[in-house]
Amino acid sequence: MTSTALTPGLGSPEPTGPHRSAPAEERRRSQQKARRRNVRSALLFLSPWLLGFVVFTAWPMIYSAYLSLTDYDVINDPEFVGLENYAEMASDPKILLALGNTAFFTLVQVPLYVIVSLALALLLDRAGRAAGFFRTVFFLPKMTPPVAVGVLFLLLFNGQNGLVNTVLGWFGIAGPAWTTDPAWVKPGLIFMSLWTVGSSVIILLAALRNVPETLYESAKLDGAGFWRTSTSVTLPMISPALFFIIIVNTIAGLQTFDEAYTAFFGSGNTTYSNDAALFYVIYLFQQAFEFLHMGYASAMAWGLFLVIMIVTAIQLIVSRRLVYYEGEK
Amino acid sequence: MTRTRTGARAAVAGAAAIALMLTGCAVGTGGGGGGGDDADYDSDAELSGELSVMGFSGVDEVATSRIEYAESELGDVEVELIEGDLDIQQFLSAVASGQPPELLYADRDQIGSLAARGAIIPLERCIDGEGIDMDQFRESAVGQVTLDGEVYGIPEFNQVQVTMANADLLAAAGVTIEAVNGSDREAMTAANRALMKSAGGTLSVIGVDSKLPEFLPLWTAAAGGSLISDDGRTAMLDSQEAIDSLTWAVGIYEDQGGFSAVKAFRDSADFFGEGNQFATNTLGAMPMEQWYINVLNEVSPDAPMAFDTVRTTEGEPIAFAGGSAWAIPSGTENAAAACRWARAMTSVDAWRAAADARLAVREEEGKPFTGILTGNTVADDEIRGMVTSGGEPWDSGIEAMYEANDNTVSMPANPADAEFEQAMQDAVNSVLNGEATPEEALAKAQETAQSALDEGWAKLEERDGE
Repeated sequence: MTSTALTPGLGSPEPTGPHRSAPAEERRRSQQKARRRNVRSALLFLSPWLLGFVVFTAWPMIYSAYLSLTDYDVINDPEFVGLENYAEMASDPKILLALGNTAFFTLVQVPLYVIVSLALALLLDRAGRAAGFFRTVFFLPKMTPPVAVGVLFLLLFNGQNGLVNTVLGWFGIAGPAWTTDPAWVKPGLIFMSLWTVGSSVIILLAALRNVPETLYESAKLDGAGFWRTSTSVTLPMISPALFFIIIVNTIAGLQTFDEAYTAFFGSGNTTYSNDAALFYVIYLFQQAFEFLHMGYASAMAWGLFLVIMIVTAIQLIVSRRLVYYEGEK
Repeated sequence: MTRTRTGARAAVAGAAAIALMLTGCAVGTGGGGGGGDDADYDSDAELSGELSVMGFSGVDEVATSRIEYAESELGDVEVELIEGDLDIQQFLSAVASGQPPELLYADRDQIGSLAARGAIIPLERCIDGEGIDMDQFRESAVGQVTLDGEVYGIPEFNQVQVTMANADLLAAAGVTIEAVNGSDREAMTAANRALMKSAGGTLSVIGVDSKLPEFLPLWTAAAGGSLISDDGRTAMLDSQEAIDSLTWAVGIYEDQGGFSAVKAFRDSADFFGEGNQFATNTLGAMPMEQWYINVLNEVSPDAPMAFDTVRTTEGEPIAFAGGSAWAIPSGTENAAAACRWARAMTSVDAWRAAADARLAVREEEGKPFTGILTGNTVADDEIRGMVTSGGEPWDSGIEAMYEANDNTVSMPANPADAEFEQAMQDAVNSVLNGEATPEEALAKAQETAQSALDEGWAKLEERDGE
């Protein structure tokens, strides 16, 4: 890019076709050469990532697409079964259960997560000097390993004497059996997930601080109140950050695994489990690594990939109406 | 036009390359299927080479003393213990890539699936060549490592369940240990009601914990039934004994406000510490594996304990066996050394060395030696003679443990053990969570488990036929 920009005469009108002069031809060649050199340099700089992408992402994806058409148990040769795994998915009641659990989790958790993040970011934006301290405090839980969060969930949300129910008890509320009552397992996990809003808070705080002060001053001069300023200035200006958080958390929600697995299927509970916590990726993991149905698990992975693609595409279409990018006309 | 054609050619070439790579990979990973066993097993042979062992980490004196003994039996063989617990995925990948460890240490209930997939080899030649006396091993343990009539593992250790109860709570409720050992289920239900304490919907004492979902096989066996046929081919999850046992064991929880309440209270206990449920008088009785006797003795020696075996509805002692086994992976390079190691580690001499080492440690600590359940009947008898008294009630606990050890049952190996186990647990959990009746849940589990068994056996037979 740089060398192209420095090439003398770039962008000047030049004759084309059979009547092109020799200097123009020479210039064209030199431009082509520079372009090729640029492409080579770009590829060279990109090559570590490209190599990583091909080896660790593209190739496994292609191979898993192939495995999804096979019966494969890791040790014996994959046996081609066509679309059998996909057909089996359609008749597997646990797929529907896991999809339902995952959809519920995502639909409730993502809006809550965004609202809490935004509320905390707005508070921090007005916190003055103390903002730095609280920013660190909010971010700290994000550093906790998800497995530890899963185990912590069982302790904090223990229906008998967990901290959450103890606190609820102070207000005369008899807390539910968060960890065993199927009706309360997902809400419990959703509340627990809000503990790690720190990273989103920081992104939203940065976006809030990037809103030009002049816009607020103009709104004030025009007589806009808090609500009008928030909806007409703040939200549009931070909409790209909000959109990013919604997209990323939706994908994370659809892939939720660690905390629920630890609490209900892993070290937290080796034998007791709860269907209410059977999220799609947990079922995928069971099929792949407990039952060694790698072909079926690969088909499940592609099913999830499709769901995420569709959901993200819908979000992108909706975003065209709701997200404001400053550079756009 | 030219560009389009070039693009199309590139796409075709790319697709062909991908197809070739996939085919290549498919062939490359398919190393399993029960690689041949051409090793020369001879108990008198001098052995050499390397022996890598996966899934076994010798950390305590029982392990290290046996390792020492086995190493002396192996002569010049260089032994490498691969750190950490067994990771089945890692093991299967190693076998598939043609670089398996020489020896595998696994739970006995994993042996069936591994054998069915051809990841481990039958041990008949190993057993004959090394002169391993399989009659010494407990029948229930051997049953867990025998698939389709062939032995795939050399068993070691045995885990059994014992009835553990709080004697003070029993006395206060006016019941005896006999009322909570399972021999009379109506009496146990009544004892549970007498023992439990609850105020305002919050449990303060669990009467009896019937330990679901994990102990459904035990309760079913105690009622004279089984969850799977002896040949491992037919699921019997919807048998009347299973339905009755599940209904009764769930009822124990329902009488205490439901499983939710009991589990939440159970989870809040300091299970391995001084504040355990027995020491704090918050649990009347439960069946539990024998190792917990040692834990209780260690952390709360003054806990008012009472012990008995778990009993059948006919009043006979019963326990559901669990434990480990040594298996030889397919395609291993030093099967002879692996077989020798398995023989040595499970021999009476090795267990004697282990018991000596444990006894010395316990004497040094001023604590009783409570025995080791080896899975080997001869070794068990010998070690039982070395047990030292810890006084009552602990001696009764050890007595109950050995009695249970002599009366074990197990589920036979089958090619779909993980799916079978999951189906059973899902059924129990759905009843515990109030989502299904025992009949409905077990009928569904029966269907799922039988389908997995049928598929597993079909694949195994197809592989055997090739």
